[in-house]
Amino acid sequence: MNDVVLYTIISLAGIGVFAAVVLYYVSRKFHVTEDERIGRVESVLPGSNCGGCGLPGCHAFAEAVVKAGDLAVLHCPVGGNDVMKNVASVLGVKAVEKDPYIAIVRCSGSFEYRKKTNVYDGSPNCAVAAQLYSGDTGCAYGCLGLGDCVDKCDFEAMYMDPNTGLPVILEDKCTACNACVKACPKDIIQLWPKGKKNQRIYVACLNEEKAGAARKSCAIACSGCAKCAEACRYEAITIDRNLAIIDPEKCKLCAECVDVCDVRNIVTANVTTEKIQQAGEHRRKREERERQKREAEKVATAPASVPPPPTGAPS
Amino acid sequence: MSKVLHGNDLKTFRRGGVHPDDQKLSAAVPIVTLPVPKSVKIPVLQHLGAPAKAVVQRGDKVKVGQVIARHEGAFSANIHSSVSGTIGQIKEEMDSSGFKHLAIHIRTEGDEWLETVDRSETHIEKITMSREDIITRIEDSGIVGMGGAAFPSHAKVALPEGKHIDTLLINGVECEPYLTSDHRLMLEKPKEVITGVRILMKELGVERAIIGIEDNKHDAVTLLSGLLRDDPAIEVQPLVVQYPQGGERQLIQAVLGREVPSRGLPYDVGVIVHNVGTTFAVYEAVQKNKPLIERIVTVTGKNVSKPSNFRARIGTPVMELISAAGGLPEGTGKVVAGGPMMGRAIGDLESPVWKGMSGILLIPEAEARRSQEYRCVRCGKCVEVCPMGLEPYLLMTLAKSGDIKQADHEHVIDCIECGSCSFVCPSNRPILDYIRLGKTKAKSRKS
Repeated sequence: MNDVVLYTIISLAGIGVFAAVVLYYVSRKFHVTEDERIGRVESVLPGSNCGGCGLPGCHAFAEAVVKAGDLAVLHCPVGGNDVMKNVASVLGVKAVEKDPYIAIVRCSGSFEYRKKTNVYDGSPNCAVAAQLYSGDTGCAYGCLGLGDCVDKCDFEAMYMDPNTGLPVILEDKCTACNACVKACPKDIIQLWPKGKKNQRIYVACLNEEKAGAARKSCAIACSGCAKCAEACRYEAITIDRNLAIIDPEKCKLCAECVDVCDVRNIVTANVTTEKIQQAGEHRRKREERERQKREAEKVATAPASVPPPPTGAPS
Repeated sequence: MSKVLHGNDLKTFRRGGVHPDDQKLSAAVPIVTLPVPKSVKIPVLQHLGAPAKAVVQRGDKVKVGQVIARHEGAFSANIHSSVSGTIGQIKEEMDSSGFKHLAIHIRTEGDEWLETVDRSETHIEKITMSREDIITRIEDSGIVGMGGAAFPSHAKVALPEGKHIDTLLINGVECEPYLTSDHRLMLEKPKEVITGVRILMKELGVERAIIGIEDNKHDAVTLLSGLLRDDPAIEVQPLVVQYPQGGERQLIQAVLGREVPSRGLPYDVGVIVHNVGTTFAVYEAVQKNKPLIERIVTVTGKNVSKPSNFRARIGTPVMELISAAGGLPEGTGKVVAGGPMMGRAIGDLESPVWKGMSGILLIPEAEARRSQEYRCVRCGKCVEVCPMGLEPYLLMTLAKSGDIKQADHEHVIDCIECGSCSFVCPSNRPILDYIRLGKTKAKSRKS
């Protein structure tokens, strides 16, 4: 055998052994002891690194959970209660159940209801468009339809509906990671409690303008007429700045408000049409009973000495 | 390059710059005063800063020049009625900014001015007011920077402790293609502009003023320097035609060779800059007691039948100006408020003329559309032309990917939004759109 080859093999092997010895001692000397629970917690997490928990990735979440020692504050929205149960068992603490959330789109202004007033041909990005002007329809609150939310979704849980120009959220895929909420410059996408039997009722509009101006730009805009607020038996609906807002904490999902809306902009998820119809019937009967009761009271309490005003008299 | 004038070398700024096609179609058209519109919509936000607070109610009678909204805080400006008549609705409305702001509607009845306003055309040269009175008058008259940024003019006097001004620069550059309103003003009201400069010198307490004018307005340079032959305090500086020389920082660098520091303001290098239009408005306010209720607006475009310069009342619908210039040409793709480089497309032709609107540009359909965007080829042209010495391609990428911290580190805030980068990009990338986004986010990150 050629000497050169032999010497090369021997010297390279020698360097290799020397380097291995150095590396061994360096790694011993500079070893960082990490809580082994961090690795175990991370292994039960979804591993999507979406940032939905508010921390940069699953490893950071695992570190934070181990450091905190309890699950009072930290929660993985993607994994939900199942994953948090596993995390709790790794740490040996009690799991805290949290109601699951889902993203909802609070704009119903599809092409049909919201006519274009001008054409935008700039960069197809909502954030860019939003700082140039208030939108290509008359509504300054509505969806710009350029899909920043869809771009930011890591779970393929959203798509833009070409027929309406609005984003659609796929219920079985949405993990409530909050990425789309943060991406929307108009704050149209919000996280909402997933609800009992996945049922949700919300007002899909954010227009704060007065009725006339709002309806001029969008035929389905909430005008803040307060009919729904009056219909609600649980005081879950309030009117703020010409806009009806349903409080999901108070809402009992009775659906009685749904068909009272003139523009049908109280949107339901997983509520059957029959239920809405029945709820409507129920509400009408209840209102009728209340009206009769009020009239009966009026007759009973009206002082007999005062004659009723003649018809046609100015009131 | 044209010949050297009065021994002055043509100057320009050192870094970057582009040469868009001039297209000053209306340069030879004298200013025409538009008839008083039937009704006006006057937004209460026509300046940088806080909106003015409406002090009139529906049904009130107002005269021309009457205050209808009063400024709140230092960065704000008074708004005056530009017509006489009855106040109508006061409601949120889309204006040429593209956003909804509160606007005061006024139905015109006759043309009755406040008695205090001197409406004669005679030029009053003698400045009788004291410095303090001038400052108050400028503030009361609602004067803002009329070059487009609409910075309240009175706020430029309030210097922080330790700052000293030695030079007043008057911006007669009008580097945007198409626009000619400042040019016409300098040609038709040169004496008034010069008196305005003297008033501003008195207001600021400076001994020296320089009027910077690009050399494509040679007639204005000749006229003004002729009138100023016996006044050593005010110079006229002709400048090489180069965009964006009208930018405050570029003008200071071009004329005085001084560089405004990053995140600094002109007073950091001892300079205050006022636009020619603002200077004229100051003259009218101080010498004639006339608040800012009208301005010169260029209406132009390749297919416009009569490119014009109008003196229009603030609040006049844009469509009325277009009609006066021969109507909307067929195949108009975009109506832009301002010039082609920095202007904004108007969404509604009923939106009103405002204090910062120097022109209305009608762009034909074929030119209005953005071209197909391609990938960045790393040619570096945007870096070459950036007058602020930034790296536009990098700032765009950082803003797009949301790395605002790094964008801030790369001085995204220093961008003057001149659009030179987007103008030269061979891949038609919307560079400025994203830089502007990064700028907004970097600013909100700070606060």
